[in-house]
Amino acid sequence: MSTQAATEDLAAVIGLEVHVQLETDTKIFCGCSTDAADAEPNTHTCPTCLGLPGALPVLNEGAVEAAVRLGKALHADIPERTTFHRKNYFYPDLPKGFQLTQYDAPICQDGELEVRVEDRRRDIGITRAHLEEDPGSLQHVGGSIDTADYTKVDYNRAGTPLVEIVTEPDFRSPDETRAFLAKLEEVLEYLGIYDAERDGSLRVDANISMVSADDLAGEVDDAVLAEANRTEVKNISSHKGAQQALAYEVTRQRNAIQRGREVEQETRHWDESRGITVSMRSKEAEKDYRYFEEADLPPLEVSDWKERLEIPELPDARRERFREEYDLSEEAASKLTSTKEVADFFEEIAREYDPDLAATWVADNLLGELNYRDMAVTDLEGRFDEFTRLVELVAEDEITEKNAREVVLRGMLDEGETPDDIVEAEDLGKTSGDEVQAAVEAAIAENPDAVADYEDGDEGAINFLVGQVMQKTGGSADPGQVNGLLREELDE
Amino acid sequence: MADAHNAFVTEETIEGADSGPLAGATVAVKDNISTEGVRTTCGSEMLAEYVPPYDATVVSRLTDAGATIVGKTNMDEFGMGTTTETSAFGATTNPVDEERVPGGSSGGSAAAVAAGDADYALGSDTGGSVRCPAAFCGVVGIKPTYGLVSRYGLVAYANSLEQIGPLAPTVEGAAELLDVIAGPDEHDATTRDAGAGSDYAAAANGDVDGLTVGVPTELVEGADDEVRAVFEDALDAYRDAGAEIEEVSLPSVEYGVAAYYVIAMSEASSNLARFDGVRYGESGGFEGNWNESFAETRAENLGDEVKRRILLGTYALSAGYHDKYYKQAQEARAWVRQDFEGAFEDVDVLATPTMPVLPPKLGESVDDPLQMYLMDANTVPVNLANLPAISVPAGESSEGLPVGLQLVGPTFGEETIIDAAALLG
Repeated sequence: MSTQAATEDLAAVIGLEVHVQLETDTKIFCGCSTDAADAEPNTHTCPTCLGLPGALPVLNEGAVEAAVRLGKALHADIPERTTFHRKNYFYPDLPKGFQLTQYDAPICQDGELEVRVEDRRRDIGITRAHLEEDPGSLQHVGGSIDTADYTKVDYNRAGTPLVEIVTEPDFRSPDETRAFLAKLEEVLEYLGIYDAERDGSLRVDANISMVSADDLAGEVDDAVLAEANRTEVKNISSHKGAQQALAYEVTRQRNAIQRGREVEQETRHWDESRGITVSMRSKEAEKDYRYFEEADLPPLEVSDWKERLEIPELPDARRERFREEYDLSEEAASKLTSTKEVADFFEEIAREYDPDLAATWVADNLLGELNYRDMAVTDLEGRFDEFTRLVELVAEDEITEKNAREVVLRGMLDEGETPDDIVEAEDLGKTSGDEVQAAVEAAIAENPDAVADYEDGDEGAINFLVGQVMQKTGGSADPGQVNGLLREELDE
Repeated sequence: MADAHNAFVTEETIEGADSGPLAGATVAVKDNISTEGVRTTCGSEMLAEYVPPYDATVVSRLTDAGATIVGKTNMDEFGMGTTTETSAFGATTNPVDEERVPGGSSGGSAAAVAAGDADYALGSDTGGSVRCPAAFCGVVGIKPTYGLVSRYGLVAYANSLEQIGPLAPTVEGAAELLDVIAGPDEHDATTRDAGAGSDYAAAANGDVDGLTVGVPTELVEGADDEVRAVFEDALDAYRDAGAEIEEVSLPSVEYGVAAYYVIAMSEASSNLARFDGVRYGESGGFEGNWNESFAETRAENLGDEVKRRILLGTYALSAGYHDKYYKQAQEARAWVRQDFEGAFEDVDVLATPTMPVLPPKLGESVDDPLQMYLMDANTVPVNLANLPAISVPAGESSEGLPVGLQLVGPTFGEETIIDAAALLG
């Protein structure tokens, strides 16, 4: 970056490398289970994933299918045949001294993913997505990586299938990376090939360069990017983390440039707890991984897999369909398609009850209350029928909207109780018509002054009378209905 | 059983099933083939204490077939050698002449069979490592088509080139052993359906009437005079039995040795990277950072020839040299394959001397790596082309040293070469 830029407006150019653990039953090259979350270290291992001498990899085609489905969702090219290469480097978590990955025939190439930030639509280019094996994991005892007394190695994770998604340098702000990652997770979940709950299921490296904003008008020139020093930020594990880490980097780099300093070409580590990036090492010469093709895995013919493999309706398509089919606003449709669980749940309710009511209850009431409690729809797993029952109570007019929202829903979320129990305990059952009618007549009889005021044209008097009726019914009557009944009686 | 020739690294009996085609037979297994519970050293200090927790597929197949495994045989360290002198457990001597090497790298396996210490043996052949010791020790050895025999459990040296193969006193015996170990394996994705339900032993008839035998001039010209004389006599035997002998040319084999060593060393540099002292093998101690600790482990526990090949292979794959060496070697390999394919349009089998030289004396060749590599000129092209080949004793030199005839067949043409070789043994 030339110092002349210091006087210009600066803009960020960002590209991402996203590692996603694919949700398969078994590892990518052996039959070991990938579900090792609570397992003792090194119990989900075999000669192959331990890299024992003589053991051989056998490709789990389920992982390839998951990647082809992703490729389809990203509108990517799938090659005729796909091959694996060895990436050679030494590290204690790497059992064979090389990682099996893909090099010149990745399973996906040239895709894109559309994201929206505020009201702007952006198409983010996907350079490639390739399959590889996860290494094991290290636990440093008595210090950090440099100061630990010793380090323990767990190979339970080794061989978990990963797909590494590499984007074009198409992002212009940290917000866009966050929107992209959220959208990517959504797509992965829709495809059923990803479990966001799994520890380490999403790992992001970001490359960021600051360039003159003038250079960014239109397409970015490769020469401009080559000129700008690039910082790689590692150890990002969420879309929120990506936004925070990159916002930090934008500020740090802008400050440096404005003070006339050069931004070093280096790798930095995102320290989430401190909210800063720290320098890891200067990026000297490009590392030489001595890639070459893995002879133990014959090339896999995948030319017809794209046609053969079905993928479900994706969030964008589903959002459009919701708008048309249920006549929903853009905002409501977006909220209702934010995750597959929410969308499925909405459709289940909308099939039985008024779609408007279903939309209000799912998009506004439920998601709003969940969000307030930092909960997700997945936290309600197994209780969807209770929520459906709540909507039914409202739809059948058995309780008021207000009580449903403020008492029953909150009780369900906070106390874990069922809607019927709450309605009974709080005596929320709507008062029957006769009781309301009686209360209306009593209110008129007991308040001749207010009746006179109403007859003289004082509209405020009716509100007073409604209040009286509500008091008599303990708040369980419907105010609108009471208003109507009062007018009927008075106007006679 | 006294091991007079240092043929075994570990003498330990693994009993097989009570019945089966190999019931009652004894088999010696090369020490780079994993045996559950019995150490598998690859002839290396690095794995001196390594005991695999699993059996190689071929080992299960042997014991299922009733064979009794009598021990693990000596070998050049990680298969890297042509004489069995690079073993960390001392050199094996040739039972025919104890001053001479048995060939390598499966020298222990060939010596065990030649000395009668086992009825059969398994070796592995990356560039001639079954055929060379078979020829030097006067026994039969087969290098199967790539993908015929499972490599699961074979400690890799150069995984795109190697196959496990049988050694036996006779062609029929080697074919019997091949019948037991051949065929697809779900643990090795490079195996093919070929070999399932095979009966190679039944093909060992020596029926060569009408067979066309091609002789690649390039692979005969360089041989020693004595080797050549025995080879020519063998060809006469084929002529007499009704075969037609035809000269063919394989111009690509000139690059065979160079291409083979670049590819084998490149793959070896990666295959042997796992020996870092973390999971098994000798640890170098934990002073310094990981890289220093790994380096110490490897410097101390790997022999000179292994280190030479790892360094050269690393170099050949490095950025800036990859295209010049590794990629070039791959192109040469494709050419060699094409040359053989072309030859098999005209002939049924190809015949060459297995080794261009007689077995050297101990210590004679090990100090001159280049000379040692050139001894492999006739065997390595077969591995580059993934083809099957057999070495069968063809006669003796004036001093009584064995000379082997190599017959090479087309892909999965094991029956043809076994039938033809049976004429001599």
